[in-house]
Amino acid sequence: MQELSLNVLDIAQNSVRAGAKLIEITVEEQPKTDLLTITIGDDGCGMTAQQVSAVTDPFFTTRTTRKVGLGVPLLKMASEMTGGEFSIVSALGEGTVVKATFGLTHIDRMPLGDIGATICTLVQCNPEIDFVYTFIHSDKSFSADTRQFRQVLEGVPLNSPEVIRFIGEFIRENTAEILNGEREEI
Amino acid sequence: MKSLAELQALRDQVKNNMGIRSDDSGNIRVVVGMATCGIAAGARPVLSAFTEEVAKRGLHNVTVTQTGCIGICQYEPVVEIMEPGKEKVTYVKMTPEKAVQVVVNHLANGNVMNEYTIGAATK
Repeated sequence: MQELSLNVLDIAQNSVRAGAKLIEITVEEQPKTDLLTITIGDDGCGMTAQQVSAVTDPFFTTRTTRKVGLGVPLLKMASEMTGGEFSIVSALGEGTVVKATFGLTHIDRMPLGDIGATICTLVQCNPEIDFVYTFIHSDKSFSADTRQFRQVLEGVPLNSPEVIRFIGEFIRENTAEILNGEREEI
Repeated sequence: MKSLAELQALRDQVKNNMGIRSDDSGNIRVVVGMATCGIAAGARPVLSAFTEEVAKRGLHNVTVTQTGCIGICQYEPVVEIMEPGKEKVTYVKMTPEKAVQVVVNHLANGNVMNEYTIGAATK
């Protein structure tokens, strides 16, 4: 993975497969504590305690097409090599929350990359699921919430090309506004 | 700055064009592999390229969607084209540039790009 937003896309696919109706993705940047926190939460089928302890093992997967499952281990590694922490909290029938922290200015921290493209891809391929993307920088924040978009759209599908383009620009422009021209990349 | 008011205007515009789109006859499905292997190999920009090019050319009978790992990770990004009544075509080691060519030649004009298929890659 060349950027963290690709890890986010990958982990969110697990939520999709868990049958989630709502997936919440949060990126929080706190320069004061030098922390970047990425959270992916869902209301899907959840996991047993035994499954939770197994998913960070690269040789655990529920897939039958191959013997390895690298998504979670890759994110865990990306986090821990920057002095961050990785956790999964899950309850059967309630959902799962994956949280990874990173040393914001650590030399080994990959850039967040094109998170807008990640959210657009998720919405495009799963128009029946709701997504909330929240970006927090110090005390400022914004959210892109497909439940809100859906209300405005009155039946126009979320994955119409025009709507997908709107969501991408919505995220890019609001992120830029919050960063206030300090820099372009997270 | 993008706002919800702008989305409202967009909605009305899309609604006006909806009539043209509801024709589902001969729906072609473009399926992009989006498991860890696909994503790491560059599937996200490939999917975006398909979506954008399909929209740009107004191919209303094409649906771009995703699937998980199909077990040929060494050939990712893998894209399958499924068309009713025709054999499935599997493109391998895709890039956004190849995706645009596939939209133009295969999806719009019906000419399979044999040089990008798995058959050509395994020779």
